[in-house]
Amino acid sequence: MALIECKDLSVGYDADVVVENLNFKVNNGDYLCIVGENGSGKSTLMKTLLGLQPPLSGKIETGDGLLPNEIGYLPQQSNIQKDFPASVWEIVLSGCQGRKGIRPFYNAKEKALALENMEKMSVAGFKNRCYRELSGGQQQRVLLARALCATRKVLLMDEPVSGLDPKVTAEMYELIDSLNKEGITIIMISHDIAAAVNYASHILHIGGTYFYGTKEDYLKSNVGRFFLSEAGEGGLANA
Amino acid sequence: MLDAFSKIGMYMQYPFVRYALIVGVLIALCSSLLGVTLVLKRFSFIGDGLSHVAFGGVAIASVLNLTDNMLLVLPITIVCAVLLLRTGQNTKIKGDAAIAMISVGALAFGYLLMNIFSTSSNLSGDVCSTLFGSTSILTLTAGEVWLCVALSVVVVAIFIIFYNKIFDVTFDEAFAKSAGTRVDAYNLLIAVIIAVIIVLAMNLVGSLLISALVIFPALSAMRLFKSFRSVTICSAVLSVISALLGILISIVAGTPVGSTIVAVDVAVFFICWVISKIRHT
Repeated sequence: MALIECKDLSVGYDADVVVENLNFKVNNGDYLCIVGENGSGKSTLMKTLLGLQPPLSGKIETGDGLLPNEIGYLPQQSNIQKDFPASVWEIVLSGCQGRKGIRPFYNAKEKALALENMEKMSVAGFKNRCYRELSGGQQQRVLLARALCATRKVLLMDEPVSGLDPKVTAEMYELIDSLNKEGITIIMISHDIAAAVNYASHILHIGGTYFYGTKEDYLKSNVGRFFLSEAGEGGLANA
Repeated sequence: MLDAFSKIGMYMQYPFVRYALIVGVLIALCSSLLGVTLVLKRFSFIGDGLSHVAFGGVAIASVLNLTDNMLLVLPITIVCAVLLLRTGQNTKIKGDAAIAMISVGALAFGYLLMNIFSTSSNLSGDVCSTLFGSTSILTLTAGEVWLCVALSVVVVAIFIIFYNKIFDVTFDEAFAKSAGTRVDAYNLLIAVIIAVIIVLAMNLVGSLLISALVIFPALSAMRLFKSFRSVTICSAVLSVISALLGILISIVAGTPVGSTIVAVDVAVFFICWVISKIRHT
């Protein structure tokens, strides 16, 4: 049984269908990159996978003991309010809100989990710092620690490296890769096709053209070759 | 100075002054707690909009000659609060426009109704006291004080119980939703509490000045502190101090209660702003 399986899924807003007839599976331990041009419906698909909006038609099935609210979500940076007064600790701890349920306060176990994930993402040193004063890369790692508190199985990331400089971007990809090697399934939206084929195990290409399969098949396919050459020589070299 | 203190001491002998202080402090406390959330959710103006709705409600109640206008004003305000917070997502009319529409609409209708049907001989006096706060804070009965105490206890208790959830839905709604938090339900709860606070606060500062009680302490605290918890606590403390100071000054100097409190709030904000500027240089 796949962790997440989409059958004939169509997503969009109201009568506005953005992507139609998606069929794909995410298995435990996969690293799926969702690529496509701007406006191809990547973010809409992600919101639907997260349950933020209902699918227009088709089904999303979760299996392997994955509950719908056990997906760790790393939103796009721009969605977080920049002037919000919140400490790193408060933000990471809020990742446990799903486990906490309707209990008013966090218990010792949840606090320990938050601390553990902060150490894992090496942000424990910033525990009492204000989130908005951190650098872009540090902020991303704080949000990653929060997402890890929400899940042990799947992380959904929306453009996790947008707005980061090349060095921090590379570090971020390594960090995500190491999480994947630890057994966490990764679903990532990206417009960085070069990096996608470098790290991912599976590619879902949506928009004008549709492709779903392993990275190796994608590299051989027409759509893959076309988009990689679009991405430039650097992309091919990395792949 | 000594004279002022002895004057305050003398006024404290009267129960109506003590009542005013108790009610003022409680209202300031409640309004500041949710202020932080409203400011951060970009809903600063919702207090303003709702208070105008409450004004419209008072006008209807006075036309209908209701003895207890709370019975009418509270439900109307709660319904509008729910409608306004709903407009945050996916509606044809955007949030700020909807607030502006409802608030000026209610203001106009309220005044119109009062003008056409009023039996009062001092119409402009009535309107002015509803808008800018009246002396009604000084004519509270013991029953009204107890009602206010009870509602404040409920508001503070709800805030403490749902503190973590309020943080979750304020900081990142999308993440909260993905983690299974019932974001819409908590937004609804916030809307209802805000409506209750506004109706309570109308007695104190009048409907035009309520937003000041909601947003100034939060904005002042945000100059000084950097975590959600410290901002919330600081905002509550600043609000209570400002309200106390404002009421005492208004008693000694004979100024209108509502606008004096708001003036103190503004002064506190200015002081906090200066402190944060000095710290950063």
